[in-house]
Amino acid sequence: MRTTLASLLLCALLALSGAAGAAETDTYEKHLGNGLRVVVKEDHRAPTVVHMVWYRVGAMDETDGHSGLAHALEHMMFKGTKKVPPGGFNKLVAEAGGRDNAFTSEDYTAYFQIVPKRALPQMMNLESDRMANLQVTPNDFAAEIKVVMEERRLRTDDNPQSLVYEALNASAFLADRYRRPVIGWMNDLEAMTWQDARDWYKRWYTPSNAYVVVVGDVDHDEVFRLAERTYGKLKSHVLPARRVEIDPEQTGIRRVVVKAPAKLPYLAMAWKVPKLVDVDRDRDPYALDVLAALLDGNEAARFPRDLVREQKVAQSAGTQYDSTVRGESLFVIGGQPAEGKNAADLEAAFRAELKRIQDEGVTPEELARVKTQLIAAQVYKRDSMMAQAMEMGMMEASGHDWRDVDKVVDKFGTVTADEVQGVAKKYFKDDTLTVAVLDPQPIDKAKPREPAGPVRPY
Amino acid sequence: MRKLIAFAALLGAALFTAAADAGVKIQHWVAPSGARVYFVETHVLPILDVKIDFSAGAAYDPSGKSGLAELTRSLLDAGAGKMDEEAIAARFVDLGARFSGSTDYDRAGLSLRTLSAPDKRDPAVDLVRTILSQPAFPDGPLAREKTRSIAEIQEEDTRPDAIAAKRFAAAMYPGHPYGVTPTAQSVGGITRDDVAAFHRDHYGAKHAVIALVGDVTREQAEAIAQRLTDALPAGAAETPLPAVTSPAQKTVRVPHPASQSHIHVGLPALKRGDPDFYALLAGNYSLGGGGFVSRLMKEVREKRGYAYSVYSYFSPRKLEGPFDLGLQTKRDQADAALKVARDVLDDFLAHGPTEQELAAAKKHLTDSLALAIDSNAKLIGYISVIGYYGLPLTYLDDFPAKMRAVTVQDVRAAFKRHVDPADLVTVIVATDEK
Repeated sequence: MRTTLASLLLCALLALSGAAGAAETDTYEKHLGNGLRVVVKEDHRAPTVVHMVWYRVGAMDETDGHSGLAHALEHMMFKGTKKVPPGGFNKLVAEAGGRDNAFTSEDYTAYFQIVPKRALPQMMNLESDRMANLQVTPNDFAAEIKVVMEERRLRTDDNPQSLVYEALNASAFLADRYRRPVIGWMNDLEAMTWQDARDWYKRWYTPSNAYVVVVGDVDHDEVFRLAERTYGKLKSHVLPARRVEIDPEQTGIRRVVVKAPAKLPYLAMAWKVPKLVDVDRDRDPYALDVLAALLDGNEAARFPRDLVREQKVAQSAGTQYDSTVRGESLFVIGGQPAEGKNAADLEAAFRAELKRIQDEGVTPEELARVKTQLIAAQVYKRDSMMAQAMEMGMMEASGHDWRDVDKVVDKFGTVTADEVQGVAKKYFKDDTLTVAVLDPQPIDKAKPREPAGPVRPY
Repeated sequence: MRKLIAFAALLGAALFTAAADAGVKIQHWVAPSGARVYFVETHVLPILDVKIDFSAGAAYDPSGKSGLAELTRSLLDAGAGKMDEEAIAARFVDLGARFSGSTDYDRAGLSLRTLSAPDKRDPAVDLVRTILSQPAFPDGPLAREKTRSIAEIQEEDTRPDAIAAKRFAAAMYPGHPYGVTPTAQSVGGITRDDVAAFHRDHYGAKHAVIALVGDVTREQAEAIAQRLTDALPAGAAETPLPAVTSPAQKTVRVPHPASQSHIHVGLPALKRGDPDFYALLAGNYSLGGGGFVSRLMKEVREKRGYAYSVYSYFSPRKLEGPFDLGLQTKRDQADAALKVARDVLDDFLAHGPTEQELAAAKKHLTDSLALAIDSNAKLIGYISVIGYYGLPLTYLDDFPAKMRAVTVQDVRAAFKRHVDPADLVTVIVATDEK
């Protein structure tokens, strides 16, 4: 789901951004004949391994009326093949002493297992099996789509802040496919059929549309041999053409209000900003990354210091900017007003913070602080194999190369105070701004939401 | 995501699932200050993790002052020694360190992650020492944090998941500190004197438990532990918590406009250090702890599509911590989903797991040991629990043998001792039923 994943990514980026300088020496890559790539990072600290399969297909590849399909298929991927019965995948991973899960974003669908290292061959067998031999049946789909609807109720329908972000994206974008929620509109989930899921699988799940990331206590040559014997045996088919929707230029501020049961209002402001295209030549995306870190990347950053502690205008305040995406990028600032303040007060405070940077720039101290944290993060991230696998996988998913992880960190470190001030001036204008506000409703007056979703006898 | 990340994390923390393949050597000593220290030396990464805990969790809130433990802990870094809160925040950031705090029912504690180079490590440790020993609890930040805390409580009281958690605690632990949660009124009444007194009484060196994992020698670790605790207040004698009594069976229904009902079924069940821990852990894996391979997941989610998340877990504490069976489901099918979950539980309580299920549970729980401790961050979580609750230093090494020894009879008997259906309380938030 978008908000969840975005915050996950944000944490990963803030906490763990960039690869260690040593990354390239212990990371290896192999292209299989069918187009699948395998990236292996050796990390021998503990006798465990992370195995991830990433498919270059996500919610942005859906069409109107079919939102939620990429995520629904992710659920169906656990329903078995000719060799593995429904639920058998989880059972085999558990028996091997491992854990597994999967996640879907706008850009990709990814599956992973974390296992004792001896179980890696079996995991590669299982993943390659369901890459080609998934069985999608009407009965399994009928039960699972109800689970997805419950997931939507839990994460979105009963979560006011999720509703705000859903409305924000749906308003900020007209054509770009990020306007639709990854989990899907409830009405689309209701209309979805098992054939839709099966067709999605047949269309997008093929070795040439996937890559494998392995991090852990392995020998890379051995992993490559295993990959040849498992994934390497599968045939790739031709992928459909992908059309990139270009959003028409936004020429004026957009505002949207969401009413939901809550006590505190919530405010989200999103500006259209560039994403990272050319890792070597681009400058603005790096400067925007640094700007985000200056605003809320650490406890001494401007938002917690000025808005929460000093002015007491915010109960919470944060930023969100992901430069490595397939679609279009937004720079989002959001938060809850403090007691006695309203969304307009918080909006004015956010605008004043931006204006201060536009007018006065940023100090060398706070820029140095951001870089100090970045350098420490390069060391800390080596404590987590999963974080290292995620970082490489996400970089690839956005169309860049896993090797760019290091470059991006280096570039981030070269951003100057002038460049930060420059992007603050250039991109934060009302004409490309969308504002979404939660108007909180008392819970004793709100009516129960109509039980969305089909009511079927069980 | 197919599964909630938070849910997975909760299980990991609550169940204390697995331990080490032999080989984690925990060194233990008592510092001259009186603090108990637990140390794992590992030089692979140039990092040091430190966690220091006190018996200063929410269960120690004085009557009518619920929220004091959390407020005290959260204000430690709001000004200390000669530094104000901005100087403290900036100093940690400038050192490249990560500093955080946590409060649960039993413990309050601070965590530090720092680079192990002495020019970073020593100032970071000194800063934590100042924060712990000389907190100023200035009036401005105190008033602000009370206001923020009250706003958060009021926000929580609109959210079905938070309401369910609070009502569930209250129903399981009537008249006990484990059943009390902060209110706007209780936080509003907290004074600076309350905070200062709570710190003076509960942050004594003799009650401190320090966990250290990382790139320092034993000698350095000894110096760090002593440095952290040599200026702490004397501390009051630890007041024992009142005994937990069994709740009467009841069902609490709470109106709410949410589209899903939030359901909990449970009771006070398990203390840290109870020998039944292994049998309950193994049994619960088949019941509702083992993710997608559990009976609850199969019956409630996979077969019927009633819920995205359904689980059960034991959360052992100093006194009897909860057994919690939970799920969320579309409100008009709440009773049907609850019946399925109850049938699964009742059948399990009557018959226990099958031999096959238990074998699979034991295999998973022993084989996944390696995953539980494959990073310093994960390891320090286990070390701090072993230290605080006084579990054997060989806990991680002993785990596989203890787990392998569990039989179906053990599971059945342990569940009979710890989960009496006559005591189960049920909470349903957002329901159409009266």
